[in-house]
Amino acid sequence: MASAPAPIVILACGNPSRGDDALGPQLLERLHDWLLAAGLSERYELIGDFQWQIENALDLAARELALFIDADQQAAAPYAFRRVEARDAPSFAASSHALNPETVLAVLARLGQAALPPTYVLGVRGDSFVLGDELSPTAREHAEAAFAFLQAFCRAPQTAAWCAAQAG
Amino acid sequence: MENTGFALETAANPGTLRRVAIDPVSRVEGHGKVTLLLDDNDQVQQVRLHIVEFRGFEKFIQGRPYWEVPVMVQRLCGICPVSHHLAAAKALDRVVGVDRLTPSAEKLRRLMHYGQILQSHALHFFHLSAPDLLFGFESDAGKRNIVGIAAAYPEVARQGVLLRKFGQEIIRLTAGKRVHGTGAIPGGVNRALTRAERDELLAEIYTIIAWSRQAVQLVKRLHESEPELYDEFGSFRSNLLSLVGPRGTLDFYDGRLRARDADGKLLVDGVPVNNYAELIHEEVKPWSYMKFPFLAAFGTEDGWYKVGPLARVQNCDTMATPLAEAERREFIDHGNGKLIHAPLAYHWARMLEMLHAAETIKDLLHDDDLSGSDLVTSGPRRREGVGVIEAPRGTLIHHYRVGDDDLVSTCNLIVSTTHNNQPMNEAIRRVAQRYLNGRQLSEGLLNRIEVAIRCFDPCLSCATHALGKMPLQLELLDADGTLLDRLQSPSPELSANVG
Repeated sequence: MASAPAPIVILACGNPSRGDDALGPQLLERLHDWLLAAGLSERYELIGDFQWQIENALDLAARELALFIDADQQAAAPYAFRRVEARDAPSFAASSHALNPETVLAVLARLGQAALPPTYVLGVRGDSFVLGDELSPTAREHAEAAFAFLQAFCRAPQTAAWCAAQAG
Repeated sequence: MENTGFALETAANPGTLRRVAIDPVSRVEGHGKVTLLLDDNDQVQQVRLHIVEFRGFEKFIQGRPYWEVPVMVQRLCGICPVSHHLAAAKALDRVVGVDRLTPSAEKLRRLMHYGQILQSHALHFFHLSAPDLLFGFESDAGKRNIVGIAAAYPEVARQGVLLRKFGQEIIRLTAGKRVHGTGAIPGGVNRALTRAERDELLAEIYTIIAWSRQAVQLVKRLHESEPELYDEFGSFRSNLLSLVGPRGTLDFYDGRLRARDADGKLLVDGVPVNNYAELIHEEVKPWSYMKFPFLAAFGTEDGWYKVGPLARVQNCDTMATPLAEAERREFIDHGNGKLIHAPLAYHWARMLEMLHAAETIKDLLHDDDLSGSDLVTSGPRRREGVGVIEAPRGTLIHHYRVGDDDLVSTCNLIVSTTHNNQPMNEAIRRVAQRYLNGRQLSEGLLNRIEVAIRCFDPCLSCATHALGKMPLQLELLDADGTLLDRLQSPSPELSANVG
């Protein structure tokens, strides 16, 4: 019998060997170590992947909160934090190799889940995505700011706090 | 072979023609662009699929220790990392002197690979193609996506998600991790399955087989519902290429290379994969970043071929699992003694393969070798190795040379989508001629071009994904490039440049 999932799931995607696309995987790795050290790891499940796909909808099921982390070319530096809703899923899938978080949530909704978790996206500004490159210096700065944000919110992972941050 | 090719590849007077670009193609793995040149009467004069193939692979790999390569190559492609993982491991088996793995190692790798085939084919059919097939090519674009499928056909969507999830779970258990797995190493594998892990998968496999059978029935019903469309849409004749196993069986993991002509006659058979470079040459065309492979003995015009499900199920003599083989016979009979070349038949073939993968997974899970402890072997060190597998999208070739310092000195990859470069171009030329000539362009019409491309399930070296990195626009430009209008399709992403 499978045990109940951790109440909070954090999903990060990106390719560790494509420049700033490594923002997601690197933040997830740091967060993993920090949650262990802070004694908070039991409440969190961390999931890394190259991109989000339909099966990630099942990763959101029966959670209290969900957070997606990704490099974001459009975000204001150093990062943008926002809540997403299933109803905001674009009416046309842009590309098969990645679903956006709204669509992952919408797939979960369509699979008959009565209650969707409050779901947020942390888009960390990235600009260079060349195979074989390291994180750019600018992206490193953005990652530091984003990690401080993640630490603060993992210490107080209540919906109200996350919503307040979004509003702020 | 009937030479259907190249008629619309290059227009006589391109400077006088209007240009339409679909840039990039949506629901295709990665980045692709189609350009159409139309004359004053809206007659199609030139059609080209441009795939922005990144050729930095070799540089990324060269200079690395050979034992790192099966892990690092997964970062070449976020869609089929397991294919690269296994092809690299197979090539490097040769480098560590291994021609034959231990039974446990080979079966564990096969399980990983067949799990990958299952999840990839499920994703493609249920998520990427079902919206076109179930709603119609020119249906409301706002519904032509996975959310629309889940709303209209919730059980189909649910099964698609769970099939994909099951294949991913096999990959996790055999590779050790959900992504960036390390399961296959030169000379073998580094972990076996526990009895409990096998039981966990066995508990689901019969449902997976049942759903796979239903998927085959679904695609057959689609063919029966519109036989003319499914048999003729974008159809062109070509050679076929794939690996086949011993006695001509379909084998995704290992075998020798076989090619047939468009009538089914064997052109080459039993070619050891080490000889791939003599069998296959690649043509460079000035308008495309992606090369055009062809069978060297037959030249560029007659030697090109298609790979992937439609090639494999007709190139082999049999499938080694009963349910899939029975369905394959029915598929072959549908051709009335001729090979089936219709691109939409890729979907039927893909679901046959998914059923075959599910049955094979069941057989493997009952094999105690999966829990064996003899996982790695070795032999006299060599300097070179070639590894070939049938990836979900077709034949994948990895070739490495390794120096005495254990560093990779040379790397050559031919990926599945590159093999299908000419076939995809042929398919969209047929579709453009049949459906676009003389008509007012619309999102639905342009989607027909994309439907043809998606039949091949191309994967375009797309290991990167970032939010907002792939904008799509649809604009009308004049000959000077001035924006005249924005074609408002329901998709904010799809774009055409007309000028």
